[in-house]
Amino acid sequence: MPIPTPFHARTQALCSSYRWKDWSGYCAVCSFDTTHEREYFAFRESAGLLDVTPLYKYEVSGPDAQALLARMMVRDMSKLKVGRMAYTCWCDDDGKVVDDGTVARLGDTHFRVTAADPTLHWLQALSRGLDVNLEDSSARLGALALQGPTSRAVLREAGVAGIDALKFFGVIQTTLAGIPVWISRTGYTGDLGYEVWVERGEALAVWDALMVAGQPHGIVPAGLDALDMVRIEAGFILLGVDYYSSQKVILESRKSTPLELGFGWMVDLERGNFIGRDAIAAETKRGSVWQLVGLEVSWEELETLYASFNLPPSLPATARRDALPIYDETGRQVGQATSHTWSPLLKKYLAIASVHRGFEAKGTKLQIEHTVEYERRKVTATVAPLPFFDPERKRKP
Amino acid sequence: MTGTSYDAIVVGAGHNGLVCAAYLAKAGRKVLVLERRHQVGGATTTEEIYPGFKFSCCSYVVSLLRPWIIRDLDLPRHGYEILPLEATVTPFPDGRYLLRDADPERTRRSIAQFSPHDAEVYKRFGQQMAELGRLIKPMIDQPAPDPLSRDPRELLRIARLGQQIRGQGDEWLFSNVKMMTMSAVDFLAEWFECEQLIAPMAISGIIGTFLGIRSPGTAYVLLHHYMGEIDGSFRAWGLPKGGTGAIAQAIASSAQALGVEIRTEAPVAHLLMKNGSAAGVVLANGDEIRAKAVISGLDPHRTYLKLVGEEHLDPEIAQQVRRFKMRGSSGKVNLALDALPELACLPGTGSHLQGGITIAPSIDYLERAYDDAKYGAFSRQPFMDIVIPSVTDPTVAPPGKHVMSIFVQYAPYQLKEGAADWPNQREAFGDAVIDTLAEYMPGIKNLILHRQVLTPWDLEQIYGLTEGNIFHGELSLEQLAFLRPIAGWSRYRTPVENLWMCASGTHPGGGIMGAPGALCARTMLAKRAV
Repeated sequence: MPIPTPFHARTQALCSSYRWKDWSGYCAVCSFDTTHEREYFAFRESAGLLDVTPLYKYEVSGPDAQALLARMMVRDMSKLKVGRMAYTCWCDDDGKVVDDGTVARLGDTHFRVTAADPTLHWLQALSRGLDVNLEDSSARLGALALQGPTSRAVLREAGVAGIDALKFFGVIQTTLAGIPVWISRTGYTGDLGYEVWVERGEALAVWDALMVAGQPHGIVPAGLDALDMVRIEAGFILLGVDYYSSQKVILESRKSTPLELGFGWMVDLERGNFIGRDAIAAETKRGSVWQLVGLEVSWEELETLYASFNLPPSLPATARRDALPIYDETGRQVGQATSHTWSPLLKKYLAIASVHRGFEAKGTKLQIEHTVEYERRKVTATVAPLPFFDPERKRKP
Repeated sequence: MTGTSYDAIVVGAGHNGLVCAAYLAKAGRKVLVLERRHQVGGATTTEEIYPGFKFSCCSYVVSLLRPWIIRDLDLPRHGYEILPLEATVTPFPDGRYLLRDADPERTRRSIAQFSPHDAEVYKRFGQQMAELGRLIKPMIDQPAPDPLSRDPRELLRIARLGQQIRGQGDEWLFSNVKMMTMSAVDFLAEWFECEQLIAPMAISGIIGTFLGIRSPGTAYVLLHHYMGEIDGSFRAWGLPKGGTGAIAQAIASSAQALGVEIRTEAPVAHLLMKNGSAAGVVLANGDEIRAKAVISGLDPHRTYLKLVGEEHLDPEIAQQVRRFKMRGSSGKVNLALDALPELACLPGTGSHLQGGITIAPSIDYLERAYDDAKYGAFSRQPFMDIVIPSVTDPTVAPPGKHVMSIFVQYAPYQLKEGAADWPNQREAFGDAVIDTLAEYMPGIKNLILHRQVLTPWDLEQIYGLTEGNIFHGELSLEQLAFLRPIAGWSRYRTPVENLWMCASGTHPGGGIMGAPGALCARTMLAKRAV
């Protein structure tokens, strides 16, 4: 049975829909209201406040902390400066992705790693012989994501020192309503946004302060339904949905490599050894089997398809995770769409998919399965670059 | 004067003019848009009337902007964003309220406090209306059928339409005939018993017309409401981010990307006539600009009687144009507010303020409001449709402050004292609106930082809407489809060669729909007129 997060007293009181789900063993709100629409638009037009406590968090410290992470992560952690954060994935020896998350360098020898899956054992295994301290801070820290165009104004209103100077993927230790917090300019929405990390005993006070400061800026408590839509727009993949941890699957074919997931930009093969390096080097030479792509589904064809059933087109109002087969023009299956959603913002039906090599070029016309009245049909889906939505305000000073 | 010659000149940069220009440019034509005001948009406009507060002065919600236009012109890339309009609250003087929103069960419970019967029927009514609307919808995506045509393609189209109608069965035909002839109230009363529901629903039948909810023919206009809601099953009633002016900006930006040239503060004096046909325009400053075709984004009165001029018109045509009913019946009051107001019946500043607030407490209330107008006065107790866009879109007001848009009916253009007396009655009209509103929002008067009152007279003076009619001519049955704007000239053409019309005064009519503009361009291209 899932347990409450440190913010539960507040989220429970606001969750009039009673719609919850289990996220890593915690009660997490799907949507506060009957529909998630208001929360979706808050992420894009004002500010959404989301409890992200269920993320796994680890403190890595000690003289060899940097060496440990440099060895574990695909991305070069030796370049990470104090006060900066990095998004990265990590692999097994075969170069297959285990998980993805962020690494924050909070001090010279203090890093914080976030992960979607429990990762302490992985860190422990890699730290043998190194002088590091590991702490699973998952339960000790509460975390809130404050995301949306007015999120900076909210933190300013809350009197957070240094918020205007905080750059994209920067992290600072500061205070919010007198409470010590870590604030990073990161998130899973692809918009201007921040994450706030706080000791669990002070969690409610931070929530309250943000809600008060957020009132003039249109703050809205938001749930996972809205998040799932915006993260697809932002082209962010999700472990267990768009790919699977190499540690959890039986079939080799279910595993993914960083290059296949579009994480190639993280990889520096010249920087010395890291876990999975040789396999990735070999794959670079050989070429990848799969490629993660964005797809835009043809609305005209959907309309025609529904019209042939004498129906207006209808799509689910929420993001979906039922995988759909993708075909080439000859009808051969060449991949699968793993997440898909209607984007009310872009007025497009979007999907994140994995396709065989050769079908990843922008503009490639593929076919996606679509069911109408119990009948499985196909409509054209065009390969589009990720992210689908990338506003300037996300990075702007 | 200028050496450049254009394929087409669009007079007026309202949203339809811009859409038309964009489509022509997309087809490779060289297009110039001339706008009298300092900014584009026409009545699709957002202006900073009071520092920091952006008012969508005229149109305030978007419902029917055609999805294919949004796609064709790639509007989301040009800044087009629509935020949901969540709910409708109707407060009553007895302290109760009706709340209708996206949650069907909450809506059912809210209606049930007045009538359990109506609560159950409400959903079924919506389904049936959506069904009707769906069959009518294709009509707004193509030029009006021409019953006098001898073109075999047109005849085939009409035959198919007839077949489609017959295919719907008798019941559909009967309800359609009823809709076309009945009043909104009578039609709704066939379904519902409580007037707390009938009154607010009936207002969709009268918005922008000089008719009352008991006037025959108003039932049909209800249908327009349901066409928006079914569109792709996505919420079609929404608030454009940045105000309705942002829609015009997005279309203008798309048009410019396609090569359209837009000149603001370039008022057109009249058409440049050559051998009885349009050859360009003459600007107010005397400049002449030539083009193969001129497209008027103005209303029918302005197009025929001012742009062309009666001296160039057949008297019969001029007569028909004068008969085309403009008679504006509504005004707008826009407020800058210091904080969110609270409804007496529903205190607090929760999500109910994200939707519309309708002041339409009873059938008699609405009919009395019409009575005032019939005899040449504004309604002492008007119908009001209120939205507070800043609740969902913080960009239109400073943090913590809000803008309130109040659509007010009735405000007849022709006052007893004459239309020109409006400037003398403007503030009294504004007071009547605020006084009425204060009955439902007791604290409102203390929150007002600034008040903008737009009477039909102002809409005419500022935005060039003849008689302040927001739809470029009433959307009543006798002024729709092949009768819009005048019989025989419904398909964006005019009796003046090379002069076309592309705005709300043509089929399918008003509202931020874009269809007249796009269909005009499509027709012109098909006829190789440009």
